[in-house]
Amino acid sequence: MKALEVRNVTYKYPIARTNVLENISFSVNKGEFVAIVGKNGCGKTTLCNILRGFIPSFHQGKFAGTVLINEKNIKQMSMGEIAVAIGFVFQNPFIQVSGIKHSVFNEVAYGLENLGIDREEMIGRTEQILKDLKMNDLRDKHPVELSGGQRQRVALASVLVMDPDILIIDEPTSQLDPQSTEKVFEIIRLLKERNKTIILVEHKIDLISEYADRVILIDDKRIVFDDLTQKVLVNKKVLSYGVNLPQVAKLGIKFEEQTDFRLDYIPSVLTDAINVFKKYV
Amino acid sequence: MEGIRVENASYSYDNGYIAVDNVSLEIKKGENLAIIGQNGAGKTTLVKMFNGLLRPQKGKIYVDNEDVSNLTVAQISRKVGYVFQNPGEQIFNPTVYDEIAYTPRYFKLKEKEVAQKVQDAAELCNIIDYLKLNPYDLPFSLRKFVTIASVIAMGTEHIILDEPTAGQDLFGLEQQKKIIKELLKRGKTVITITHDMEFVAENFSRVIVMTDKKIVADKNKRAIFWDFEILKKSSIKQLYVSMLAKELAMKNNVISIDEFIHEVTKK
Repeated sequence: MKALEVRNVTYKYPIARTNVLENISFSVNKGEFVAIVGKNGCGKTTLCNILRGFIPSFHQGKFAGTVLINEKNIKQMSMGEIAVAIGFVFQNPFIQVSGIKHSVFNEVAYGLENLGIDREEMIGRTEQILKDLKMNDLRDKHPVELSGGQRQRVALASVLVMDPDILIIDEPTSQLDPQSTEKVFEIIRLLKERNKTIILVEHKIDLISEYADRVILIDDKRIVFDDLTQKVLVNKKVLSYGVNLPQVAKLGIKFEEQTDFRLDYIPSVLTDAINVFKKYV
Repeated sequence: MEGIRVENASYSYDNGYIAVDNVSLEIKKGENLAIIGQNGAGKTTLVKMFNGLLRPQKGKIYVDNEDVSNLTVAQISRKVGYVFQNPGEQIFNPTVYDEIAYTPRYFKLKEKEVAQKVQDAAELCNIIDYLKLNPYDLPFSLRKFVTIASVIAMGTEHIILDEPTAGQDLFGLEQQKKIIKELLKRGKTVITITHDMEFVAENFSRVIVMTDKKIVADKNKRAIFWDFEILKKSSIKQLYVSMLAKELAMKNNVISIDEFIHEVTKK
């Protein structure tokens, strides 16, 4: 089943002269983990806002095309229905944290309050998510006292606690150190095991290569790559779009360019790199 | 010695949380170094003491041989420029031009000189096209360059970049590489906090590792990336190319793609 489908979507912001996205089409199957990459300003965040209905609902401008969520046209869904189907984690945790709750625990539970869930279940789900994300040490802190990295985890927890089937996550790790970043990716992996559909916008290409099923690369309004991760992230052309490649892929490409050796294939992850390089060492 | 000297500095926040505990180090003018370590290790607190934004409760900070406890923040900020981790904490002017021009104007330079400084900094940061725009109309990644340009325009001899690489694409990283190179060419000291280990390996030689409020290593990048005790202690991931070399039991401690290829082909 298709969790998300985008058909011929074109969008232009109100005062912009040109379209930000043009004739974009793709679909994401239920349970799939898709990474969206592209240089800054290429329209990744805009696309996320289209997928969750904020464009065209809250933004003016020229919108054309169709978006389907769980095979239902988003036009026929209320904001409330969309919010239940899709969890959205903002790029900037300073925007997402509500500012009206005085502890991390209450902040994380805030979304559930709005769903009218009974108190016991609300507390139980919040406890569970704080445990899953190993955030119990933060539970009594005031959200405004948190560091950028901590806020980013609170923002993620506040969305995960709602347990949506589809998650759109916009650069969840920009403020995080490598270890916390890996933790976030481990959480995303867990979600995938629970058959959640995941759309992730992210620059950390080494981790995308390890975790994502598929990569969509956007440049100059259009999709220029849409294929399996291990096929996209070994293509030298990706670099020319301002997107990095995994270090092992860059090594493989340069190795073939500078020597007469031909690798069995260009590796995108460490285990593959070990396989293809071991005969040369 | 011109540069920054830290002697047994400690800092704790009002709530009693100790962020930096008895740290000493010396950075010479014109040096280029990276500070790495986990969130909460004390990196930002340490560098904020360099320019007086935070004052150590214990120990001393000297900038160009002067004890900064005798100076006001305004005085220190003529020597040490700090680019905030979060551009939102730094930007407050209505246009990119005014933001970059703020300190030169504050220093009472003539408008013509101000214009030159803005031009130079904006060119170096590749944001010339955005001078008339409101900084908040720019995406986060470009806003970061506005804050870097503002600090360059201040003309300080020592510049601190706090996580400039966060959220940047490949073009942004290349631009930052250029900026750091140019600043060094101008004789500036550049101190960079970053989580991007590939960026560290490509741009710095001296690396300072902070863990749990203290400096746990201060040495050459190669020594850092092959010191498994330090890597483990500070939860730093080795470079992928180094991990690969280790898995394949290659000899020399490689830290770059070129070194790896050289090792494989030299036979």
